[in-house]
Amino acid sequence: MTMTDPTATGRFGDFGGMYVPETLIPACIELDKAFREAWTDPTFRSELDHLLTTYAGRPSPLTECANLSEELGCRILLKREDLNHTGSHKINNVLGQALLAKRMGKTRLVAETGAGQHGVATATAAALFDMECVVYMGTVDIERQKLNVFRMKLLGSEVVAAESGSQTLKDAVNEAMRYWVSAVQDTHYCLGSVMGPHPYPWMVREFHRVIGDEAREQCQALLGGAPDVVVACVGGGSNAAGIFAGFADTDAVLVGAEPAGGAAVGRAVPGIVHGSKSYLMQDEWGQVLEAESISAGLDYPGIGPEHAHLAASGRARYEPVSDAEVVEAFQLLSRTEGIIPALESAHAIAWIAKAKDEFQGKSVLINLSGRGDKDVNQMMDILQ
Amino acid sequence: MTGAIETALRARRSDGGKCLVPYLTGGLGDDWLETVMAVADAGADAIEIGVPFSDPVMDGPTIQAANDRSLEAGTTPQRILDALRDADIGVPMAVMTYANVAYRMGWERFMNELRASGVSGCILPDIPLEEADEWTQAADDAVVETVMFAAPTSPDERLPRIAERAGGFVYAVGLLGITGVRADLAASALEIAGRVKAITEKPVLVGVGVGTPAQAVEVSAVADGAVVGSAIVQRMLDGAGPEGVAELVHDFRVALDA
Repeated sequence: MTMTDPTATGRFGDFGGMYVPETLIPACIELDKAFREAWTDPTFRSELDHLLTTYAGRPSPLTECANLSEELGCRILLKREDLNHTGSHKINNVLGQALLAKRMGKTRLVAETGAGQHGVATATAAALFDMECVVYMGTVDIERQKLNVFRMKLLGSEVVAAESGSQTLKDAVNEAMRYWVSAVQDTHYCLGSVMGPHPYPWMVREFHRVIGDEAREQCQALLGGAPDVVVACVGGGSNAAGIFAGFADTDAVLVGAEPAGGAAVGRAVPGIVHGSKSYLMQDEWGQVLEAESISAGLDYPGIGPEHAHLAASGRARYEPVSDAEVVEAFQLLSRTEGIIPALESAHAIAWIAKAKDEFQGKSVLINLSGRGDKDVNQMMDILQ
Repeated sequence: MTGAIETALRARRSDGGKCLVPYLTGGLGDDWLETVMAVADAGADAIEIGVPFSDPVMDGPTIQAANDRSLEAGTTPQRILDALRDADIGVPMAVMTYANVAYRMGWERFMNELRASGVSGCILPDIPLEEADEWTQAADDAVVETVMFAAPTSPDERLPRIAERAGGFVYAVGLLGITGVRADLAASALEIAGRVKAITEKPVLVGVGVGTPAQAVEVSAVADGAVVGSAIVQRMLDGAGPEGVAELVHDFRVALDA
């Protein structure tokens, strides 16, 4: 199977759709049309490619980890999205969306952020394209990620605290959507993951498929084919969607590592929130539950609809990882390879460290979606 | 078949009057049901009962706060419906909630529960035409009126489709934004009311940003009436009690009848 385009109404199997207020529907339809045109326009593609190369620093390297491979007994390869400008894979998507927004004549970007990585990336793109930028961030996350808040402000963005509900990522999404409802005519909602109403889950995956396409070529050169396993952390699931897109048509086992306290696929209850139908952590009455994770970027009770489809169809598996295992993995990669991973990306490391017996001697491609500088303070508190 | 809400609104209109549909958050305070009855007596033509949802993206701070407080008190959709089933409200009611509340219970079961509780209509602001089929099928089967939204951003070609699918009334969104009281009525309120009125015979009520009796009167120069939410819910949050809330609804009624 391959990761194909969704239906015209944005369905991946039973999942996806456009569950937003009528006010936003024309904007979603306009965005769908604009993205389709841009994505098949060689001028747009070459402009974006140019930015990805000269500004974001692509292609990102593939690093073979000799020490970690020896320790785990499998051949570990890292796709180094941590080396991108702004320190994570998020830049791929925001450069695409900002370029598209500009093309659509929008003058302002609004975004949500959890760990701050997407917020920083959006603020960066806004600075580059000389656009206004408003970023919503949960009050709890603002406290956890002070450095990224400062970065966004330095880049000229306004950071607004989302004080409702659990005051984390899901509430930042609510606030960003409310803002968008109020300012839809001149503002583009620069959504940070493969979630939300159509066309976002598809468009964001397409902007990130460069990760998978590059890795496919790099693995071909190094291994002579696809790796045995491809693993990525999953909150909303954008970095996983990007790397999976390059390998969905191979025999590689695709694994999404979910935080145990935010395992939407693990619980497998379908729901509708933030514009799409997908798996969603909720109580028996449909009230959305608060996810709990050591990493602010994965602190989300849902998952992108295409992941729900990949799970339901059996093409990908989704495995829970505990906070304690993540703390171990964070130290493991730092110690063995001299690479400090983002706590989000450490979920993928933690999964293979746990599942290594199943994959002895196999090649395992890990999407190292971000670097851990932003998490060092938090880890210092945990470890000391 | 014309449902109870549409029948009531059409009756008000054919008498030369303007329609008033207050919104109250279900489960907000121990006396919420008494408040609903008092509001019915104070001149509401129909009443929207909000069933709280954890992530109400179409709602501003007032209704968000009401949602949170009601949920913290242990409110569930079933509890609200059970209370309504045992009460004699005297005017037709619609439940307003979000898609996931209905989807989680199951479209059919939720619509049947509404019907069994004496609720005539259902309003789901995050279900646009594109996603409406499952819901409207279940609602039609259970004879529940499906209120649909028309927004200032809706292009002309969508309006007839929205109106055709709508039951009870067409909910014209008064401004680009979420629910809440504003100092002035937005120009977009009259504009969208006019655009929808031009293409349908069904009652057209404007809501979102209609917070004072004067604003309700102003918008009803074009629309068939108004939906008033945040202003009323704020009274509930302030602890005004059934009489205090009914007093405000009475003020709206008097203004609209003048």
